[in-house]
This record gives sequence, structure tokens and C-alpha cells, in this order.
Amino acid sequence: MTYKLQLIDVTKSFGTLEVCKGISFDVKKGELVCMIGSSGSGKSTLLRCINLLEAVDGGRILLDGHDITDPDLDPQPIRRRIGIVFQSFNLFPHMNVMENVMLAPRRVHRTPKAELLAETTALFERFGLADRMTHYPDQLSGGQQQRVAIIRALAMKPEIMLFDEVTSALDPELVGEVLDVLRKLKSEGMTIILATHEMGFAREAADKICFLDQGIIVESGPPEQLFTNPKQARTREFLSRVM
Amino acid sequence: MSKDMQTGTPAASEKVAGFSKQARQQREIRLRRRSTLIATVSTISVFLAIYILVPMAPGWEKVQHSFFNWEIFEKTFPTLLNAFLLDIAIFAWSAPLIAIWGLALALARDARSPALFPLRLFATVYNDIFRGVPVILTIYLIGFGIPGLGLPRPWNSPYIWGSVALVLSYSAYVAEVYRAGIESIHESQRAAAKSLGLSHWDTMRFIILPQAVRRVLPANMNNLISLQKDVALLSFIGPVELLRQAGVFKSFYANFTPYLGAALIFLAVTIPATRFADSLMARQDKERR
Repeated sequence: MTYKLQLIDVTKSFGTLEVCKGISFDVKKGELVCMIGSSGSGKSTLLRCINLLEAVDGGRILLDGHDITDPDLDPQPIRRRIGIVFQSFNLFPHMNVMENVMLAPRRVHRTPKAELLAETTALFERFGLADRMTHYPDQLSGGQQQRVAIIRALAMKPEIMLFDEVTSALDPELVGEVLDVLRKLKSEGMTIILATHEMGFAREAADKICFLDQGIIVESGPPEQLFTNPKQARTREFLSRVM
Repeated sequence: MSKDMQTGTPAASEKVAGFSKQARQQREIRLRRRSTLIATVSTISVFLAIYILVPMAPGWEKVQHSFFNWEIFEKTFPTLLNAFLLDIAIFAWSAPLIAIWGLALALARDARSPALFPLRLFATVYNDIFRGVPVILTIYLIGFGIPGLGLPRPWNSPYIWGSVALVLSYSAYVAEVYRAGIESIHESQRAAAKSLGLSHWDTMRFIILPQAVRRVLPANMNNLISLQKDVALLSFIGPVELLRQAGVFKSFYANFTPYLGAALIFLAVTIPATRFADSLMARQDKERR
């Protein structure tokens, strides 16, 4: 079995603070992997490393078997293959949401305008936002903004999607609509890595759970086993706190 | 009045409602009236004092004759207005050049690649120098110095080199304002652009600059207002614009009233512009809250 993405002993420090202390895991094509753990456990940093927004200090990250941490590689073509969605949406406030989505395909892929418009409209329709295309980000609810951010990442046709606590900044009643989008993506075969505090969702939708604590993966496995029968004391302690 | 309020005992609710709403409103109106009254009285008394006391000064008659001379004002004002057209023209061709050159300097200071270090160094030194030297000195040095090289007409014109001096000075200030704007855009916007695979330049052009330029618009409006006034400094190297024309009249009539006329003309432009900049800033503050 070949892996879509493999992390091998990845380390990352900010100054004297060791955020990732040797993290290894792998993701098969079409899998949904959930990273859980308290704030500061290294989940976000790891996702930013996979997207090459941060350079790793040590270890390797293999995408389709090719090491993407090679400093001689141009990071931009790789970033295009890996979409990321952030906790705080990070939409561009001075453009309407359609322009938010179309900017990168237009500039990077040089997609012809008519084709791009058709694709973008289809994406908005697929995620139930067709009537909001000409709105500006601040005219939308948090849940709608986050769905636009997901559409914006999908418009680049990535092979993997990374989600960094995408529901943490949302009002509770808006969390559901974003999680529905994630379910939909998974059912369509997207490879997904998700850092989340939504334990219910992780349990129901994930193929594999990784529990991170203080920069290492303490325990990983299928959700049923990890949630009902955790092997490590730290996992048990964390789960008892959040569930 | 509160018969339709059915909460609590009728008597109690009536009392609470009446006390909390009406009384508070009345008190507010009373307070507002009182502060308006105080402001009016104090303003009138200050102006009255000036009106009565200043003419009592021993030199008032002479000052009135040489600064507030209606006859001379009437005679010179139309020509002064005409001379002001030249200030407007100099302003009109300098301002766009300042906006462009200032932006270029700001981008040069933001250059991150090591190969572009000389550019960054140049912009840094440039800004230090031109912000550190009084504008009038730059105007003298460039306005007299460069035509002194013996350039042929029209390239020795003080209009050209005076304007160049203004552009060089002001673009340093404008560049710093742009740079503050660029730095005020949150890092997460860059991260989002980067993660979509946009290049550094595309990120700057489509994401950072449009937001930054808008954000510092009020600050740059203030730079424009002060440019409008500093155009008058070109009078020191030749062009007969408003200030120079007023000076000519002053010598001719041996009277300072033309300067007062010039001041009024400048104020007629700068006060509305300042108010406009203030309202822009207030609107932005509101939006950000």
C-alpha cells in the first residue's frame, strides 16, 4: 500500500520551545485523519509544516513518496497540491467571496475566465452558497465564511486538505454546517487531515485518530479503539477532560 | 400611561417605569441644555473680550491700517487668487508623482530577498535623508543647484526642479505611511495567500496593498494637506505663486494686508480638506470597531 502523505520523525522548534518532538504518521489516499489534543500540543504547527508555511527543523514529509521538505524545492507548486483552511477563516476582506475564490486559480493556474467562472459557480452551488457569491466576507455568518474558505482552497484542486480547528471560532449552532461540508468532502474521496476539538465528529467520521500531547503522538488508532479503550494514561486523562 | 404593562403589581410597575425612563430622559435633556448654555456664554465672552481689549492696545491703529486694510485687500485679492492657480498646478502635478514614487520606496523597503538588499538599503537611506532635511533646504539645494549645472532652457526651470524637490521630500514621508499600512495587515492574510500558492508579488499586489493603501488614506490625506501649503516654499526660488505675489504687493503698497489675503486663500482649501480627512478617519475607526 502506498501512502498519500507520510511524516517521518518531524521536529520543529520556535526558539527554545520544542513544538514537535519527532512526529511520524501516515495517511492513505481518501483517508480522514483527526489530530486531537489540548491547545499547544503541536497540531497547528504540524499542519503549517505540511503546507510548508513553516519549515521543519528535522525529519521528512513525503507527498506521494517525494520528500517535500527539501529546501531546494520551490514550495509554491507543492502548496498548490495541499489546501489549508484556518481557524480564523482568513478571507480577504476587500474582495467579494467570488473574487476570494477566483484569485488564486486565475493567477496561479491561469484558468480561462469563462471556465473559471463556471467552476466557481458550481463549487458555490455544491456547498449551498450560490446566492451569496457577490457578498463580502463581513456580510456573511461565521459558518458561511468558513465554507467560503473551504471553497477557496478547493478551487485550487488540491490533493489533500488540511483543516486547522476550523470550527473553533464558530458559534455552536454554526458548527454543524461546516462539519457537513467535511463529511461531503470525505464521501467524495478527498484525503483530509483535521485538527479538531469536536470529539463527536472525530469519532464518527475519522478513519484514524492521533492524540498529540506536548509535541509527540502519544497514541493513535481507529476511533472506536482510541475512544473506548485507550491504552495510554495520558490519553485516558485527556478524554475524560473533554468528553 | 403604563396600564398595558401587566408585569408585577400595577402600582409598582408604574412607579418603576416612570422613574427609569422619563426621569432619565428629562435629566439628560437638562444636562445637554446646560452644557450648550455654558459653551455659548464662554465663547461669547472670549470674543467680546478680544473685541474690546485688542483695540485698546497702543499700536492697534497702525496694525489695523497695515494688516486689515480693506481698500488694499479689495485691490489685491483677485490677483492673489489668480496666483493661487499656480500653486494648484504645482500641487496637481506633484501629488501623483509623490504617490507613485512613495509607493515604490515603500515596496523597496519591504523587499525581502537578499538579492534586493541594495534596493532596501537605498530606500532606507533615502527616507532617512529626506525626512531629516528641512523641505526648504532641499528646495534650495535642488532648485538652485541643478539649474546651476548650466542646463539649457527649459531644463533649468525652477518650476521643474522646485517640483522635483517637493516630490523627493514628500515621497519619503508618504513611503513611511505606506509602510506602516503594509505592516499593519495581519500576518494571517499573507499566510492565506501563500497557502493558495500566490507569489510574493501577487500577494502584495492583490492582498496586502489594496488593504494597506485604504487603511492609510487618512494619514496620506494629511500629507497632501501639508504639501498644499509647502508648495508656497517654491516662491523662494522664483515662481510667482500666491506667497510670492503677496510679497510683491506688500513691497508695492508697503502694507501687510496681502499676506492676510494669502492666508485666507490657503485656509479656504486646507480647512475643508482637513475636515474631510478627519471624517475619513472617523469612518474607518467606526468600521473597524
